[in-house]
Amino acid sequence: MITIYVPKDSAAVSVGADSVASAIAAEAVKRGQSVNIIRNGSRGMFFMEPLVEVATDKGRMAFGSVTASDVPSLFDAKFGAHSKALGLTEEIPYLKNQERLIFARAGLNDPVAVEAYQASGGYKGLAKALGMTGAAIAAEVTESGLRGRGGAGFPTGIKWKTVHDAVAEQKYICCNADEGDSGTFADRLIMESDPLTLIEGMTIAAICVGATEGYVYIRSEYPDAISIMKQAIANAEAAGFLGGNICGSGKAFSLKVRVGAGAYICGEETAMLESIEGKRGMVRPKPPIPALEGLFGMPTVINNVLSLASVPAILAEGAAFYKNYGMGRSRGTQAFQLAGNIKQGGLVEKAFGITLRQLIEDFGGGTFTGKPLRAVQVGGPLGSYLPASKLDLPMDYETFAANAAMVGHGGIVVFDTSVDMAKQARFAMEFCAAESCGKCTPCRIGSTRGVEVIDKIIAGEAREQNLVLLEDLCQTMTDGSLCAMGGLTPMPVLSAVRDFPEDFDRPARAQAAE
Amino acid sequence: MSDKISTTPEAELARNICASFGNKASELLEILHELQHRHGFVPEAAIPAIAKAVNLSRAEVHGVVTFYHDYRREKPGRHIVKICRAEACQSMAAEETCSHAERKLKVKLGGTTSDGSVTLEGVFCLGNCALSPAVMIDDKLHGRVTPQRMDELLGGLARKAAE
Repeated sequence: MITIYVPKDSAAVSVGADSVASAIAAEAVKRGQSVNIIRNGSRGMFFMEPLVEVATDKGRMAFGSVTASDVPSLFDAKFGAHSKALGLTEEIPYLKNQERLIFARAGLNDPVAVEAYQASGGYKGLAKALGMTGAAIAAEVTESGLRGRGGAGFPTGIKWKTVHDAVAEQKYICCNADEGDSGTFADRLIMESDPLTLIEGMTIAAICVGATEGYVYIRSEYPDAISIMKQAIANAEAAGFLGGNICGSGKAFSLKVRVGAGAYICGEETAMLESIEGKRGMVRPKPPIPALEGLFGMPTVINNVLSLASVPAILAEGAAFYKNYGMGRSRGTQAFQLAGNIKQGGLVEKAFGITLRQLIEDFGGGTFTGKPLRAVQVGGPLGSYLPASKLDLPMDYETFAANAAMVGHGGIVVFDTSVDMAKQARFAMEFCAAESCGKCTPCRIGSTRGVEVIDKIIAGEAREQNLVLLEDLCQTMTDGSLCAMGGLTPMPVLSAVRDFPEDFDRPARAQAAE
Repeated sequence: MSDKISTTPEAELARNICASFGNKASELLEILHELQHRHGFVPEAAIPAIAKAVNLSRAEVHGVVTFYHDYRREKPGRHIVKICRAEACQSMAAEETCSHAERKLKVKLGGTTSDGSVTLEGVFCLGNCALSPAVMIDDKLHGRVTPQRMDELLGGLARKAAE
């Protein structure tokens, strides 16, 4: 009997993993050979998907970019020497050179199997937490230096302490899995490859602050993540890790999945709360902060998927272990996501401090098209475009902020020389206009005016004056918007104007038709 | 406004779904998802029925239906093809895939083909940014969708229809 792993996460399936799995099953029947196919999650090396692994005495052997037509020859070769063979999975440099704390288990097992999760070190953090006071858990997380991975970088432990100290009949844990930023897929990957890590992190948060109910708000664009999360929650409940009496501690925590409905703005934490309550996703003014008056007006921990998924390792190994990774005030690891025009796209979990160049060149292998790199957008659609000359910046919240850019969620989108930066600047405004919740004027109206002004610049109409107008408009949006949607849209726009001025100074073109 | 209970099948379906969610206003998004899943779109007649069932005003329900991109007000094609138009896919020439699909299907983004087989939509990010351009067809994700791959996928839909 041989054990073969074929990932079932949506990225692997998007390039044919399902047909590979059925081809293996069919071929085994044809040859009268008994195989055990385990549908694991992806290891995050998306450029090698579908990545098939075979269990051997030496460890798991990998075969990359397998197609259904490769399957007969893989059987002929007894899953040994083959043109698609990559050797031991753990020895593939892309994986070996990472520092995986959050994603340590991603791709190892069937993602919803609780026993396999425990066997590979899962629920160690929760066991520790159950023996600690809420205040001690919050202190441990604060001590670890963990900052919110959703983009803003607020210290997680301090947020938890605020909710812990609030007095209320009901408290909530809300996980923001509305991963709408282009260039990001780490939340989806953890939900599809190792959802129990997220569930464990949320359970630890609940025990820390005294919450008994939690929600995972997942975007509707992720149907596979939704069904895998629901299954993982049901399994955790059946195994006694969720529900009325967690691990016999007498503590209760129940978890529900809430599905978004295609609104980018619901990734903003207060808009997300409105949406969970069944309303339009309109941004709430702060204060009051959600930690004191959040979901249904009650104290609420809102954390990004990766912040919560970082917690089990912090509790299991201790704050000192976690803090040992990183640089400056950016502690621990970040899930960098190599996306767009890149040869080896995928997830790279590394300690903060690695440079963009190391990520893009050493891991990513340069552009997909082979043309020179011209621009990199870091931190999602609200992040700055960086020119090739800034690739040596270390990934660190403060260093990026000092360079008018942001690390954000760790998404890195690479563009080659075919990119037109005036068009990208226009798109940033167009996106904001399409996705603004409409509550505040600078965002709602400013974005539409922004598209118009950039169109005039592109068309060569009073360029100098319109560039001044654009800067002024961006200042108004930055200063006057209620949330990051309108407040940060100027980042990609102004970075394009600042670092790629030649694209705004070309012979007049026909109005960007769209 | 009359309090007369609407007896259209759409209203009946909406009421049943609301009841299965405990007639709770906080479940409105789930109610609308379920209605759309079963009916294909959110029909006009469902709005007053939902409003009454969950004790909201019609304006509030209308407000939610129109706020979210997901909820459709009209019957879509038998298949829904979503093409990602966000930055990562832009960097891999998603616009070419997009205009190719528009030409092939003889329909603009947001439209439905004349035979009612396909609704073509542009979306922002499907979370497959390492394998751009990304396309989703009826909840199934596809990666590296070049114009040629798009032809294969659309051809697959046509074959399915012919069977």
